[in-house]
Amino acid sequence: MGQKICDLRVTGATWLRSVASVLATARTFTLDGISARPVRVEVDVHRGLPNFTIVGLPDAAVREARERVRAALVNCGFEFPLRRIVVNLAPASLRKAGPGMDLAIAAGLLSASGQLEWEGLARVALAGELALDGSTRAVQGALAMAEAAREGGAEAIVLPAENGPEAALAEGVDVIPIEGLGQLPSFVAGEWEPLRPQSLPLQLDPSAGAPDLADLRGQPHLRHALEVAAAGGHSVLMVGPPGAGKSLAASRLPSILPPLAPVEALEVARIASACGRLGSGLSGGRPFRAPHHTISAAGLIGGGTPPRPGEATLAHRGVLFLDELCEFRRDALEALRAPLEAGEVAIARAGGQRTLPCRFMLIAAANPCPCGRGEADLDCSCAPYDVQRYQGKLSGALADRIDILAAVRQPSAAEIGGPPGEPSAAVRERVRAARERQELRLGPGRCNAEMTPGEVRACTLSSDAAALLADLYARQRLSGRAHDRALRLAQTIADLEGVEKIGEEQMAQALQMRRRDHG
Amino acid sequence: MAEKTVCVECLRRSWLLAALAPYIERVATGEVGRRSPELLRLSNEELVEVVAPKVAKQVLARIEALAEERLVEELLLAGCWACCRHGDLYPASLRDAADAPWALIGRGDPSLLDGIEPFEAVTIVGARRATSYGREVARELGRGLASAGMVVVSGLAFGIDACAHRGAIDAGRTIAVLGCGPDVPYPASHRSLWRRICEQGLVISELPPGATPWRWTFPARNRIMAALAGMTVVVEAATRSGSLITMDLAADLGRDLGAVPGPVTSRASAGPNSLLASGAHVIRDAQDVLDAMLGPGRKRIEHRGPDLEPDLQAALAAVEAGESTCDGVATATGLSGAAAATALSRLELLGYLTCSSVGTYSRTLQNG
Repeated sequence: MGQKICDLRVTGATWLRSVASVLATARTFTLDGISARPVRVEVDVHRGLPNFTIVGLPDAAVREARERVRAALVNCGFEFPLRRIVVNLAPASLRKAGPGMDLAIAAGLLSASGQLEWEGLARVALAGELALDGSTRAVQGALAMAEAAREGGAEAIVLPAENGPEAALAEGVDVIPIEGLGQLPSFVAGEWEPLRPQSLPLQLDPSAGAPDLADLRGQPHLRHALEVAAAGGHSVLMVGPPGAGKSLAASRLPSILPPLAPVEALEVARIASACGRLGSGLSGGRPFRAPHHTISAAGLIGGGTPPRPGEATLAHRGVLFLDELCEFRRDALEALRAPLEAGEVAIARAGGQRTLPCRFMLIAAANPCPCGRGEADLDCSCAPYDVQRYQGKLSGALADRIDILAAVRQPSAAEIGGPPGEPSAAVRERVRAARERQELRLGPGRCNAEMTPGEVRACTLSSDAAALLADLYARQRLSGRAHDRALRLAQTIADLEGVEKIGEEQMAQALQMRRRDHG
Repeated sequence: MAEKTVCVECLRRSWLLAALAPYIERVATGEVGRRSPELLRLSNEELVEVVAPKVAKQVLARIEALAEERLVEELLLAGCWACCRHGDLYPASLRDAADAPWALIGRGDPSLLDGIEPFEAVTIVGARRATSYGREVARELGRGLASAGMVVVSGLAFGIDACAHRGAIDAGRTIAVLGCGPDVPYPASHRSLWRRICEQGLVISELPPGATPWRWTFPARNRIMAALAGMTVVVEAATRSGSLITMDLAADLGRDLGAVPGPVTSRASAGPNSLLASGAHVIRDAQDVLDAMLGPGRKRIEHRGPDLEPDLQAALAAVEAGESTCDGVATATGLSGAAAATALSRLELLGYLTCSSVGTYSRTLQNG
């Protein structure tokens, strides 16, 4: 290929033309959160002492593009002009980050120095990192960039070949995958037409690749709690000794959630793409994220400059599992509060506010006491004060955001050795039916966990159920929030069972499942 | 009130104890303060000579110099009152002991002490580190005895003590005996319980207002608890426990001893079980206490028997058999997860079960 490029080298006449001052512009993007911001690369090659400057708020990775571009050009057989080169990244007020601008800078430089006659350079977008030998490397957020290219009216986007399939998910823009800088001249000259990439298949089935609920043997109550949680989008806290199957149960939750809508699947893919996790294709339908409890607030909800998505955003449309809830840092859990409610994270930085989507289901797990055995166990070695403090921490942690409390116990040998449980597919079918009833009542895409107080009041109860709730309300001095939470849960159980009116039985179950506010 | 029921000599004794507290701590902590009741038998001069010979003169002189008006004023400022062994209000039962406190400083309703007889009061003691079983039994004993008209005496400590008070304050009369000044809520996390007892019951101590607790003051207050009541019941205690000191003191005074049986595998029940083996009364509920103190059948606590649907009956039996989670109940009874949840929820509403903050159920003593 090197030979071919040599043949394409520009003639002396054009070279002379560029001696004075030539300006070229190219379009590229910088990733901001999970969306791509358009950036215009202006390359000015001027007479003067040989120098190469990049201006326009570049971060260290962008500034280092100088060395990569210089080496890539030379190693692909181009000439690196010994002139005064200024690269301006516009708009100048936007911070640019990452190595994804290498390709655009190189193309602009080739055009400005007259080594590449590319009339249409301003009409295409380019994104890609360059290796020193001139080959391209994948960038993060290719899908968002392809979409931004379409929004910006670009005809095509030139991308590293690895990013081709994910970028092709964005319809309405021509994706041109290239292997290296050396392919540009032949492409521009029309001598070589790259193969258009096949777009990644969108995975709508939430159980694809996910473990099956059949692995959860016995434990009928835990299964029921998971089913209710999935049906109404309720968050769950599982409390039980280590090894009782809490993590196993949590990892099965995505498989019983309803299938993703194509729009939702695209949202998931966009986030995965922005985090560079889409290289080998979409792994499964709904994401399952289980961050370690040492995670910082920024790691959990996103942060940094420019803001990067956190675990909450990575779990968008899926499940966020917080194991050892009590061990999480308090500030991290507090930070999760507002995003849980709003379904999106707002990150305010000096440079402006970004919002990242994070509509996920929360499932948490904790031990019943510091030693993990639980007070009922004779071997429990915890002092009562420690247990009290621990449980205080437990009821403080996101207390008002968790609907269901499920006490998990060590399954018996007979249960573990018993037949496998009901498979995910059967449970998912019931969940889907319950969600349909909710959408009919509340509107598309909404579930019972999101019911406003007004909608909660509109739930219809049988007189028995109302009496049960009123009795408890009076006797245990329930808070208004606990009252509404019980109603939401009861409505979900009624939706699961397909009954119109909340009966006494559903109400009793909801009252059993609800998370206690205190002691 | 204070003028009539207390003499200045006895009041000064309280202040003397507070002044000597650190010295007594040094002498009495050999066996976790077990010797403190013996020390308290001594007269002022002997006590000072034993615990603080070097500063004996100064301390005695300082205490002698305390004017009666000043002491009374301090009591009033702390919202307290006092009675002494020479006054009418002082409980007759305390006079039995050679080491009886000279004066009692009280906060709350003095009528609880007025003419109190040993057969009217029950002392409930037990471990601070109590299991949920022990706490439930203590609360129910407190509630049952208080509703039967008995005065429930305990020490406001963590665990059994607090539960006994909580049960009793809901249903009737309770006295908390403290190892610090009666105006000092100790432990601090029981401040709200202490305040409630001050308002609806009585808090007493032999130490003056503002006195801080020392290790020796707890065995010392145990002797008051043991002496006040006709029967002392231990709910849960390990084999070497302060609660058993109280039992010893009560036995020395010739009071009845009761113990709540527990699992033989539970360390927390080792103390009561060994007391039972050596002849203490078996206490299963408040009725057992009444029978032991007043004679069988002299006073009856009304019961209504459980009359439940089969599902609830089965779920209740499963919890009684030791299942604490909904899953356990479902597996034991063969009910579905949903049906077990329904049953547990109804049982909780009916008061047969309580649910902890981690979602585990335990049996209440309600309805037998």
